[in-house]
Amino acid sequence: MSGENEQDKQPSRRDWLFKAGVALNVAAGLALAVPLIGFVFASFVERKDPRDWISLGELENFPEKSTRIATYRNPYTRPWDGQTADIPCWVRRIDKERFQVFAINCTHLGCPVRWFEQSGLFLCPCHGGAYYEDGTRAAGPPPRGLFQYDHKIEKGQLWVKGGEMPTLSNPV
Amino acid sequence: MNTLRKAAVWLDDRLHLTALYASTAGHEVPKSAGSWFYVFGSATLLCFVIQIITGACLAFVYIPSTNEAFTSLQYLNHAQFWGWYLRAVHNWGSNFMVAIMTLHMIQVFLFGAYKYPRELTWVSGIFLLVSTLAMAFTGQVMRFDQDAYWGLTIGASITGRVPLIGAQLVHLLLAGPIIAGETLSRFFTLHVFIIPGLIIAIVSMHLRLVLTKGINEYPKPGHPVHRGTYDAEYAEILRKEGVPFVPHAIGKDLIFAALVIVGILGCALVFGPKGPGGPPNPTIVDTNPRPDFYFLSIFAALALLPDWMEVLILFVAPALILIFLLALPFISGTGEKSATRRPVAVLSVVLIMLVIGVLTYMGETSPWSPHMSAWSGNSIPARYVKGRTPLQLRGALVFQNKQCRNCHALGGEGGERGPALDAVATRLTRDEMVRQVIQGSGNMPAYGKKLSPAEVEALVSFMETLHPPGVPGARPSDKPQNKLPRDIASLHHRLR
Repeated sequence: MSGENEQDKQPSRRDWLFKAGVALNVAAGLALAVPLIGFVFASFVERKDPRDWISLGELENFPEKSTRIATYRNPYTRPWDGQTADIPCWVRRIDKERFQVFAINCTHLGCPVRWFEQSGLFLCPCHGGAYYEDGTRAAGPPPRGLFQYDHKIEKGQLWVKGGEMPTLSNPV
Repeated sequence: MNTLRKAAVWLDDRLHLTALYASTAGHEVPKSAGSWFYVFGSATLLCFVIQIITGACLAFVYIPSTNEAFTSLQYLNHAQFWGWYLRAVHNWGSNFMVAIMTLHMIQVFLFGAYKYPRELTWVSGIFLLVSTLAMAFTGQVMRFDQDAYWGLTIGASITGRVPLIGAQLVHLLLAGPIIAGETLSRFFTLHVFIIPGLIIAIVSMHLRLVLTKGINEYPKPGHPVHRGTYDAEYAEILRKEGVPFVPHAIGKDLIFAALVIVGILGCALVFGPKGPGGPPNPTIVDTNPRPDFYFLSIFAALALLPDWMEVLILFVAPALILIFLLALPFISGTGEKSATRRPVAVLSVVLIMLVIGVLTYMGETSPWSPHMSAWSGNSIPARYVKGRTPLQLRGALVFQNKQCRNCHALGGEGGERGPALDAVATRLTRDEMVRQVIQGSGNMPAYGKKLSPAEVEALVSFMETLHPPGVPGARPSDKPQNKLPRDIASLHHRLR
């Protein structure tokens, strides 16, 4: 026993191999972990804006003083997306030049709001949130008015900057 | 010794099966633990095994791609041999698993089994609870239909409320800026690889602790746990009345296990698979998203809470509940185990179950959701229009056309978001009705900009007729400050 203890105190080849082995594995583990963590948590690293300008079609599709649903193909898309990449939004044409484009998602929890022309309200089926025709909050649990897309008129068409799901921390 | 026996002895020598048996299935348990109350743990594990087997079978056919998932579910339901049945068994297996796991947790809590020295058995159980609920949520996404799509949206919207890193977390959850591309693959990986792997690992620990720390004896009132003496007491119980788990205590587990399997298979046969509902096409906005019943209580709480409490309930409350559950065996690790001496524990269980039960029921009925087609689908009861003046009839039309009905019921039909208006005239005077319609308040939008003075006049004269026969309408108080001009047009102008 005493002989073994004395041996333990001396730096030995076995000792060195163990320490070098641990050190090598830590290094190798890091080399494996960095790409793994980067892969999974890419959203914290990538800063590229996923949004892009997409046309909602001719201006004539949107009569003045009316609100209509429009659909665009999500610019952030994969070949296997299917119909999931067709994103709806509400387009309100105030007059010839002025538009408002609302996201479909209720600002409370993201359910799809529906437009009621007669009462001029957007109603949410989930928890009964209500918005006026200009998107401002009318009643219910929503903490703010409807999310609005950036939009522009170009070549006789209405364009919106879409591609991201609007949430309270990222209101398009 | 014949050859067969030789082979058996050889195998046992190489595999150490007898030793394995003695330390697992044959381990000693207190005789009192062979109780009907002690069957829920093994039954939860059984459900998990059924979920793994049926889930693996479903994965043979299911395609985790946003474009194909819905079609492959339809294929499973209608074309794959026994596909509909395995989907049903998997769905009912999950319902049974959550239900029996809850019973197991309640039993362990009420029998004081979480106390010294089984603190970590309870803690690992809490991690299993969280993992199982995560399986329930990701499983709901696997059934990739309308509800799954909007359920993901709700999940992302909740995540988006996290301060500071909300946007990044949404991106992490959805595997992108929006539900598309890798979203479903991500949830598939969680549901099929990562969370089940975690569960298997934690269950291993949970079971090992059951073996090493022993199963809780049936608690006796007046026998509190003391850290210093319990181990010796438990050893004494095992010495006096210890029996091997197999075959002395497993009988009731076996019978309950068979009942659970028959229950799952029976429910699957009678009720069939769940969904898929409408296709996961976001452009179909005519939808009414609802989570599966495990999460209906949270869904209901989010409708009923005041705005300022939502972030608290969404993030702070779950964290506090989790911390409390994890800390429980360290807070009350000793003392009485028997439920008959722990009234607060019993009342807490009753109260928590009542709250969850009532919220789930409310989530199922969702009285706060507008009835989107009530205005065009539900007619006004004939007795409310019979013998009315033309102005009042026009008011009834305004009432329907302006979608008032979506939130207000008449004759028991229509939305329940606002109060039923069958007797509104007994509660509100004419002036109060005008004010309410034009300005709104609380959960009612203001209609001042969407109704002309003539329409308000008509609507209010219709509402004034809504009181039970023989009951007079509400009268204005005589205080002068409550008096508003009688002329609707000027009132309209003032209030807008």
